[in-house]
Amino acid sequence: MINDTLQNRRTVISIIITVLVLIYIIRLFSLQIIETKYKSGADSNAFLNKTQFPPRGLIYDRNKTLLVYNKPAYDITIIMREIRNLDTIAFCTALNISKQFFIKKVDDIKDRNKNHGYSPYTPQVFMTQLNIEDIATFQQSMYKYPGFFIQNRTLREYAFPYAAHVLGNIGEVSQRRIEKDDYYKSGDYAGRDGIEYTYEKALRGVKGYEILLRDAKGRIKGRYEQGRKDIAPKTGENLTLTLDIKLQILGEKLMAGKVGSIVAIEPTTGEILAMVSNPAFNPSILVGRQRSKNYNVLLNDPNKPLMNRATQAQYSPGSGFKTIQALVCQEMGGISEDTRFSCNGPSSYPVKCTHHHGSPVSLLNAIEQSCNPYFWNAFKSTIEKDGYGAKNLIFRTNYDEWVDKIKSFGFGEKFKDGDLYEQSRGYIPTQKFYNKVYKAETGWRALTIRSNSIGQGEILATPLQLANAMAAIANSGFYITPHLQIHDSMKQKIHHTKVDKKYFPIVFEGMSRVFESGTARASRIEGLNMCGKTGTVENSRGKDHSIFVGFAPRENPKIAIAVVVENAGFGSIYAAPIFSLLVEQYIKGKIERIELQERITNIVTNKNVKER
Amino acid sequence: MSKNVSIKYAIDWTTVFYYVVLVFMGWVSVYGASYDFDQTSILDWDHRAGKQFVWILTAFGIGGMLLLIDYKMYNYFAYVIYGLTLALLILTIFIAPEIKGSRSWLVIGPISFQPAELAKMATALALAKFMDSYNYKLKSYKDLLPLVAFIFIPFVLIILQKETGSALVFIAFMLVLYREGMNGIFLLLTVFLILLFIVVIRFSIIPIGINQGSLGMVLSMGIITFVQLCYAFFFAKNKREAFILLLGVLVIVSISIIVNLWFKLDFNYVALFTVVASCIYWIVIEVFYRFKKYLLLVLITIGSALFCFSSDYFFNKVLQPHQQSRIKVLLAMDEDLSGAGYNVNQSKIAIGSGGLFGKGFLNGTQTKLNYVPEQDTDFIFCTVGEEYGFVGSTLVLVIYWLFLMRIIRIAERQRETFIRIYAYSVASVFFFHLMINIGMVLGIMPVIGIPLPFFSYGGSSLWGFTVLLFILIRLDASRLERMN
Ligand SMILES: [Zn+2]
Repeated sequence: MINDTLQNRRTVISIIITVLVLIYIIRLFSLQIIETKYKSGADSNAFLNKTQFPPRGLIYDRNKTLLVYNKPAYDITIIMREIRNLDTIAFCTALNISKQFFIKKVDDIKDRNKNHGYSPYTPQVFMTQLNIEDIATFQQSMYKYPGFFIQNRTLREYAFPYAAHVLGNIGEVSQRRIEKDDYYKSGDYAGRDGIEYTYEKALRGVKGYEILLRDAKGRIKGRYEQGRKDIAPKTGENLTLTLDIKLQILGEKLMAGKVGSIVAIEPTTGEILAMVSNPAFNPSILVGRQRSKNYNVLLNDPNKPLMNRATQAQYSPGSGFKTIQALVCQEMGGISEDTRFSCNGPSSYPVKCTHHHGSPVSLLNAIEQSCNPYFWNAFKSTIEKDGYGAKNLIFRTNYDEWVDKIKSFGFGEKFKDGDLYEQSRGYIPTQKFYNKVYKAETGWRALTIRSNSIGQGEILATPLQLANAMAAIANSGFYITPHLQIHDSMKQKIHHTKVDKKYFPIVFEGMSRVFESGTARASRIEGLNMCGKTGTVENSRGKDHSIFVGFAPRENPKIAIAVVVENAGFGSIYAAPIFSLLVEQYIKGKIERIELQERITNIVTNKNVKER
Repeated sequence: MSKNVSIKYAIDWTTVFYYVVLVFMGWVSVYGASYDFDQTSILDWDHRAGKQFVWILTAFGIGGMLLLIDYKMYNYFAYVIYGLTLALLILTIFIAPEIKGSRSWLVIGPISFQPAELAKMATALALAKFMDSYNYKLKSYKDLLPLVAFIFIPFVLIILQKETGSALVFIAFMLVLYREGMNGIFLLLTVFLILLFIVVIRFSIIPIGINQGSLGMVLSMGIITFVQLCYAFFFAKNKREAFILLLGVLVIVSISIIVNLWFKLDFNYVALFTVVASCIYWIVIEVFYRFKKYLLLVLITIGSALFCFSSDYFFNKVLQPHQQSRIKVLLAMDEDLSGAGYNVNQSKIAIGSGGLFGKGFLNGTQTKLNYVPEQDTDFIFCTVGEEYGFVGSTLVLVIYWLFLMRIIRIAERQRETFIRIYAYSVASVFFFHLMINIGMVLGIMPVIGIPLPFFSYGGSSLWGFTVLLFILIRLDASRLERMN
């Protein structure tokens, strides 16, 4: 036994050991109980939420014809590090590829010059966009090939090479969209333009998640709790469009070789039956690997095929506007059915007439003959009916009323309660605008702005607005916001015009006579009473735009149409036959005037617009 | 055979129980740490847990065999074992293949073995034998020198094998020397020097001004001065001298600050000057007043001042960049999460995410998915922390604590110095491993790669620890034999 003085050193050593153990227990307590950051650190390390993309909703036309669907596509990926005992010959047979192809492909993947992001631990794309037949055999025997995986993808497929502007397309989401909507992650695809954009939320469905466990090198080690915490993806909703694909195809064919657009609306429902914009393109060129290349070609085309002229192009409405003018002027008391104005033909002042006809002219004849002086006088007597008043106040109040009533036909504003993407506003000049242009509230009067009376001047409208105005006339005083999806809620969006029903019959009659004895005589259809109005709009660049607006049949109208052919010349030569053929197709279900159809189809007004 | 029967009653079964419990817990942890999702059985021989099971069985066999050997043999052959081990260590330096940068593994067929694991036992035996000799008494510093030599030789040989971690374990023998009468000042001195090293390195990156020295050096000299004051005041009990020293230091500091307003000084030299001046002061007192007490103080002062300057040099010039980086991470000078800081950070995440009760057996994601490097060897405690939480980790620590306390109790009940010294050696080695390994995993000790006894995967370390412990159990069991 050693002396007692050293006995206390046992105590010192025991204390040292005990204190250290206590320090470690305190440290454990602070790490495991007090600090919370380590828990989330472990979770973000270990859990990889693998997204499961739902199939996108299908798109049908009004007759349940399938327009857009999904083509399943498969990628085969490899994680090099996980390949074990690969039977190369069996593998190649299963995928129906040659051994040379396999070797070359694997070499390419491993070659960091060709594949910059190569890592043996992460999935590398081996083959892309395979269809179900390609992978069927392989899929059954996949368990034999560890390290190989099938990645499901879907691509859009189009039943018809038409309606690209209406349908829109799918593209990778922009950074801005990711920031606005946290549903998206970088690399996701989302609808761009058209229906794909406006109904993105319904079409895309809801992404699902598969929670996977990931190790320190990024390798997937299995499913978390055997997949019990996974979220299944929800398939996108199918959409039924208002479009009649046959009418749409006819419209696009008729517009071949021309620049312009067509909008056809069912007046009683506001459903858009056809929406054509030319030049157009085959929607399937914006799918898959060729997308970005083709998109750039379209983007840089001087004819702007990506622009939807039906909703985005703005034109002076021309003579078609006289029908609206006739209604508004009656409503405001500027004219009545019996009002007549004199016309001196081309020598009329201050507005010339382009036609020779008897004088004085009645309202009915003025519509039929498209008499410019009549509508100038009607406009003048409407907004100047009570004189000017102090500081033109009475005149300006009348002008405001006129603007308000014109706008009640859907002009001058976008259709905000609808589902159309990328519209232009069009333009109905306000009092404020003229006060500014003429530098005083008294600086302008009817004479100053006379061009507006015949649909020229500062007034601008989109083909969609023109077709909608025709629908409003066809309905004798209301329109339903034009839209593309068949849905009951859409039919509730009724907008009444600020013109009484009683003023419409005379306009019907006038527009009907356009086909009987007016400018569209050549475009008559036997046994079908149509209403229309030709327009030829002067254009600072090149030839006049040819415009035709109207609806049919006269009794219980079923279709209202606006046709614009840019730089084509007289409305009666190009736009009117197109209108007539569309009506024939829609009302009768088929075209009997094959010769006319072929003649119109073959007309080329712009050589740069290639036939498709 | 009759001898064996008597041993059965003499064996300290409590220690054996702790040993078996720790080994079993370790085995479960190795299974958890190396568990792969496509593998099911804990007894899969291709797998680490399966292999560890083989190591455990062989370790039990080795332990049993050690119990059969006559206790006198250990004392008798102590120097032989020590000598043979040194020879093996030397041989290892030359014939061992390089594995992960070190030459410490002897590979014989399918078995790899680290002789460094044996060296702890051999050194313990040699120390015990030497201090047990009739004419030996640890009284003066001179008596320490042979002991230091016994420890230092294997230490250097293992350093030469580039196994710094295993070599550092030999520091643990200081506790044994302390128990056997070494002045406690050496333990305090060790702590003091470690503190100085940390201060010098931690604050060396903070400059005082352009070419005016670093805060680290000035602070460390301040600490030395403070120690001098404490020594003079409390130990030598000369309040007057302590007061004069304090006054002198304050005068030097204020003069240099005033001078610095006009003429920029290098404060490293000011600090050095202060320390040198204080030494001269103590020597003067020593010579004039014949106070013997101050010689040690002067030695300590000069030694620690030299230590400060050399540790700065050692850190920046001698240490490898990766070693520097480990120390920097530990001292929070650098948060290199992709390099040296990665292990410790992932280890803290693993333990921290365990919470109170842990994620449950085989549910730890950090360790299952290999986020923690070396998770079944040096970082095995992460698995315990993640899967069994605060409760499980504390339980393991408490069992270790009981185990260590039991060994100390065994040591103190011995009549033979030889066995007591050996027992303290065993306790010190286990304690040092526990302190460094768990401290590292918890992020409060530098990353020094030494295993956690009985937990870390590997036959070599398990056998080494088993040999160390079972020799003690055999020696302890001899109490009854001698009575008979
Ligand atoms: Zn006229």
